Amino acid sequence: MPGDLREGPIVIVGASLAGLRAAEKLREEGFTGSLTVVGDEPHPPYDRPPLSKQVLLGMSAADTTGLPMRRDPDADWRLGVRATGLDLVGRQVLLADGESLPYDRLLIATGTRARPWPQPEQAALDGVFTLRTREDAGCLAERLAAGPRRVLVIGAGFTGSEIASACRERGIEVTVAERGTAPLVGALGGTLARLAAGLQRAHGVDLRCGVTVTALCGNDGGRFTGADLSDGSHIDADVCVIAMGAVRNVEWLADSGLAAGPHGVACDAGCRAFDMYGIVTDDVFVAGDVSRFPHPLFDYQMLSLEHWGNAVAQAEVAAHNMISSGPPRRPHLAVPVFWSSQFGVNIKSVGVPTYSDQVVIAQGSLSERHLVAVYGYRGRITAAVTVNMAKWLEYYQGLIEAAAPFPPAPGAADGHPLVTEFALPSDVPDPRGLSHGPTVALTGHLPDRRLTVVRPAG
Amino acid sequence: MAVDTLLERITDYANRPDPYPLYAELREAGVARQTDGSYLVGGYYDIVALFHNPRLSSDRRNRAGAYSGLPADEEEPRPFIRLDDPEHRRLRSLATRPFGPPHSPGRIDAMRDEITRITDELIESLQGRTRVDVVDDFAYPLPVSVICRLLGVPREDEPTFREWSNAIIDSSDIRPGENLGTSQRAGNQARAQMGRYLVDLAEQRRGHPGDDMLSAFVNDPDPTGGLTREELAATAVLLLVAGHETTVNLITNGVLTLLRHPDQLERLRREPDLLPGAVEELLRYEPPVHLLERIPLTHVDVAGTTIPKGVPVVLVLASGNRDPKRFRDPDRFDPTRRDNQHLGFGSGVHICYGAPLARVEAQIALGALLPHLTTATLVEDPPPYRNSAVLRGPRHLPIELAPSP
Ligand SMILES: Cc1cc2nc3c(=O)[nH]c(=O)nc-3n(C[C@H](O)[C@H](O)[C@H](O)COP(=O)(O)OP(=O)(O)OC[C@H]3O[C@@H](n4cnc5c(N)ncnc54)[C@H](O)[C@@H]3O)c2cc1C
Ligand code: HEM
Repeated sequence: MPGDLREGPIVIVGASLAGLRAAEKLREEGFTGSLTVVGDEPHPPYDRPPLSKQVLLGMSAADTTGLPMRRDPDADWRLGVRATGLDLVGRQVLLADGESLPYDRLLIATGTRARPWPQPEQAALDGVFTLRTREDAGCLAERLAAGPRRVLVIGAGFTGSEIASACRERGIEVTVAERGTAPLVGALGGTLARLAAGLQRAHGVDLRCGVTVTALCGNDGGRFTGADLSDGSHIDADVCVIAMGAVRNVEWLADSGLAAGPHGVACDAGCRAFDMYGIVTDDVFVAGDVSRFPHPLFDYQMLSLEHWGNAVAQAEVAAHNMISSGPPRRPHLAVPVFWSSQFGVNIKSVGVPTYSDQVVIAQGSLSERHLVAVYGYRGRITAAVTVNMAKWLEYYQGLIEAAAPFPPAPGAADGHPLVTEFALPSDVPDPRGLSHGPTVALTGHLPDRRLTVVRPAG
Repeated sequence: MAVDTLLERITDYANRPDPYPLYAELREAGVARQTDGSYLVGGYYDIVALFHNPRLSSDRRNRAGAYSGLPADEEEPRPFIRLDDPEHRRLRSLATRPFGPPHSPGRIDAMRDEITRITDELIESLQGRTRVDVVDDFAYPLPVSVICRLLGVPREDEPTFREWSNAIIDSSDIRPGENLGTSQRAGNQARAQMGRYLVDLAEQRRGHPGDDMLSAFVNDPDPTGGLTREELAATAVLLLVAGHETTVNLITNGVLTLLRHPDQLERLRREPDLLPGAVEELLRYEPPVHLLERIPLTHVDVAGTTIPKGVPVVLVLASGNRDPKRFRDPDRFDPTRRDNQHLGFGSGVHICYGAPLARVEAQIALGALLPHLTTATLVEDPPPYRNSAVLRGPRHLPIELAPSP
């Protein structure tokens, strides 16, 4: 390995999960040069999944989710500073404080932010929240602790559903408004979305699907008081959480000449960024929620994932490749894995459920609330989702990696013969018709699926 | 030698001290059909794939006629280790209620002091002796006392349940070509007797609960309905037997392995922080459970071989643990090994229920023994082994201790 690759300097923009894991990995693999990590949040890296779970339940405080460091990455942390631009030719990152940081290799790990409510005056009402950061979670948890009469959650994706679940667990009335046909439909398709809807209703959620929120209303004091829905109804509530998916943090790259757009920064399987002509760079790398990358298991479709596990795996591959050249470079081939806990069930997904045309309940059943749903696309297995049966996930991951035929062979000990033999349409809707983001988005083109999505709603 | 006699050779008592060359032969052969028709699987990745395949049953009633042993109705009631989901899941989660998270997250931590106390007492009783049997004087009494305390079984009843336990272990051994009728019948009888004994103990606690698990089973049942009397019997028998017959091997194998590797022993004595990793390495290098049986519910493909429905498959965990395709330098005992996803506790939905407790027991036990082992020597190497090929470990482990100054 050429010595200079170990010397740097290396700059990482984004001081969260992907940024931290990459920094650790760089040191682990022997990078000895100068390493700078830039993050616009004032905090050292912290973990987000607990923000919509333990923190909202009041079980842990918002400022206690700091990410443990596996080793001290011995980096210069530039926290509370935003990167505002990138000069690919001069190889430097421009910072909001006027400074510029020269780099030999750059990692872009700027992730996503919560999609804001489109009307800024309404979004500014006291009592209207989004949930992405430690501050968001802290303020929202405080409001929930104060015992609001009703919370309105707009968008029934994973985050919105987890928020609604936390409210119910705390005994707070909650209304969930979703433009799609059911919660989680954008991520899991229609069959499991029915289970999700049933769970919400069984836990006392006032679930309104097929509606949009047309206006957030406030009183003279600027406090949120309720919302108007497209079906003509009005919801009285004193807290509103906008859970309408995520927006990629790519604005700072607008003039950089990189292939950065609403779906993130495109890169190759080795995490190297593409420029706007589709030519791969060799010194700019991308990892985590902000990336968009081709996956061989899914016909080289470009994937955008909002998954914790992907951020870790991709950051490690990116770091390895940043200080390797030629054949020792590795591809990022990890199969996407995602989990969520809500309404007393544990949901785990492996593969890409939206990359499917059919689904079958291979084990368990909807009524038992223990099941494995297996998804197929054109006769091969592309994803599996477990509900309270995560121990089986690994097996299905193997089938996905092996492109095993769909439907899977019947005969599972807890399969119901009549059910396991009937594949249903997986019923994955066009994400344009949803209030929530899918968390796994196919961002390429499939002739038989309208998945070339792509303008941000609103 | 022919691979179709591997199971016979593995289970042959003469090979108990060192079955590992046979396991290497097995991995070489891939999936090996045996003279009695059953199949042996010894590759790490093949075993893992079968552990996670929902078409593999733990329920022996699914054996095809030729392999079926006793009539099904003679085997009731069944412990959840021998049931499939969803029954297995229901019973395991009821059994977990008083044992681990989410309902009893502190149980095992709360046992630490108790385990340390029992360990110290046993160590105390060794003081001044120059000849010790690690099994009878330490590795057996420790987990027995712990599981008794946990379940709420009087320690002094050990001679009674020891015989039942022996009969149960004997009946669940794997012995190809032997008619298991007699030992299975004896095993079932022992299970029934032990079950009645444990249910009686539980009933005595109804209304006067202690902090033990039998009390919890009768006094604090799951809101969705607790265990029936039969289920309680089968579950309590499983916990009592699984709770000590395995841990004794782990501790004994630990002592034996450390005495065979004095450099590692010395290192552990100096750096006790390495103990948890050393226990994991022992679970890989000398696992207490060597073989597990599964039954395919349909034809199942493994590594290019189709195993027919109903024909028993024996997963050789101890072979997977030494698979060079998975572990670098697998025959080396390395307490600092990283990336050590061994098969010692199984994998998949039946993964060992008691693993967190077993780990704590082994860490405390070996930690307390270490200072005494540096001057100890093995009296017999290899030591005499237990009969069982499934639960493989020394029956006795005599060692000489240096006289205390
Ligand atoms: C409430 C919530 C619950 C979640 N639950 C789960 C779950 O259960 N399971 C799961 O798999 N995933 C979950 N996720 C997703 C998971 O947290 C993300 O996949 C993960 O955080 C991605 O890490 P990242 O480092 O790529 O991006 P991020 O965590 O988004 O970090 C990017 C960082 O870069 C900073 N940044 C952005 N622009 C700039 C700039 N121009 N200059 C400097 N810094 C910048 C950002 O402020 C941020 O700190 C959840 C997310 C949230 C918000
Ligand atoms: C070192 C000690 C131990 C080892 C090596 C061990 C090993 C194992 C293995 C390999 C299995 C899987 C069986 C299968 O898949 O068919 C298992 C299951 C089980 N073990 Fe352990 N075990 C140990 C200690 C314990 C203890 C202390 C307890 C009880 C407190 C216990 C209770 C159980 C139970 C109840 C099961 C059945 C789980 C199920 O079927 O879901 N074990 N054990």
